[in-house]
Amino acid sequence: MGRYDSVLDTIGNTPLVDISELSPNPRVQVLIKLEGLNPAGSVKDRAAKSMIEEAEKNGSLLPGQRIVESSSGNTAAGLAMIAKLKGYPFTAVVPENVSIERTKLLRAFGAEIIVSPAAEGSNGAMRRAQALAGQHPDWWFSFQYGNPANPRAHYEGTGPEIWRDCPEVSHFVAGLGTAGTIIGVGRFLKERNPSVQVWAVQPPAGETVEGLKNLDEGFIPPVFTDNDGYCLLDRSRVVGPRESIEWARRLAGAGVFAGLSTGAAMAGVARCALEIDAGTIVTVSPDGGWKYLSTDVWSGDLDDVVERARHELYF
Amino acid sequence: MVTGKVGFVPSHLDQLGDAVPVVVRLPNILRPIASGEASVNAEGATVRAVFDDLVRRYPGLRPSLLTPEGDMHRHLNVFVNDDDVRYLGKLEAKVGDADTLTLMPAVAGG
Repeated sequence: MGRYDSVLDTIGNTPLVDISELSPNPRVQVLIKLEGLNPAGSVKDRAAKSMIEEAEKNGSLLPGQRIVESSSGNTAAGLAMIAKLKGYPFTAVVPENVSIERTKLLRAFGAEIIVSPAAEGSNGAMRRAQALAGQHPDWWFSFQYGNPANPRAHYEGTGPEIWRDCPEVSHFVAGLGTAGTIIGVGRFLKERNPSVQVWAVQPPAGETVEGLKNLDEGFIPPVFTDNDGYCLLDRSRVVGPRESIEWARRLAGAGVFAGLSTGAAMAGVARCALEIDAGTIVTVSPDGGWKYLSTDVWSGDLDDVVERARHELYF
Repeated sequence: MVTGKVGFVPSHLDQLGDAVPVVVRLPNILRPIASGEASVNAEGATVRAVFDDLVRRYPGLRPSLLTPEGDMHRHLNVFVNDDDVRYLGKLEAKVGDADTLTLMPAVAGG
């Protein structure tokens, strides 16, 4: 920590904190990287900065050009903050079932918000953003799901930071959204030590995708397939809302105030810790708990909160 | 929480061949093609055997489960309990007695 010329310089270099007291296996150490401490509040600040600066460098984003992106909130928040600083207008396509804090945060950074139907989830928001980009060829669509600058932010930033702070890492466990974090960090760590195991954690698709008419409307991020994600990952687990909430509560008890995707990641960490004999697991907390306060994650009746989480998009 | 038994088939079940009973949880989009219920029963000691049994019971499910070449559908995620079978041997992943097979469409996040 110190003095910076710009908020942009404060993105990354987040703390890695030992929370082994939450490990269900005494021979397994657990460390968590607190990405909620990035200036716009999430790990996505890294991808947002990387995508914008790469586009500026290669000339695909010109001064004053409008940026458009679909996001369940965090990527849009990072893009909105950076766009504001750099003077780009920004349009975010956001599913209507994200928490109220997310849209309020986007407005704080001056973003234009277009709401997409809840039933279509992130897929629907992405299709809408693609359509808008098609209708407005003068806009720049950052396309976080397919932009190589997204995983590169983690290959060049998050991964080296983890390796610097914890070279004894044996397992890396992280959520699978755009796949940027897990692809970038996973590849970097495996290049340094091929025996590092990379485990993904996924939310259940369930109720958020009722709008899908058939499986062919499903979506696998090009960030994942273009980078041999199926070869890179060693395991992938699905984690439900109840466990995610229970782990978010346990984390708060350990002083880590983090969102539901962190709770999900920790549920994955716990499974990993129970299946291995010994080791050091590193995971990523994508964001803090602030944007989830309205959903009563920490204070409400567990069954009520679980029911709400089934209808809210938190990845 | 401990799922170490994933992929482990007790020896007495090996003798039963494909007769391992499993519960298959279906996503909304596949329910009308099957019984309409959120879950159906099927039998099989591997994911492939369970899929074959499902297709026998509900032939309309085949194009959602498998490609014409017989591989897993690209946009279908299959979990034995909570574990993605793509990293456990795909269609050859073992399914044990009382396991749950969960089918989910691949969707974006972020």
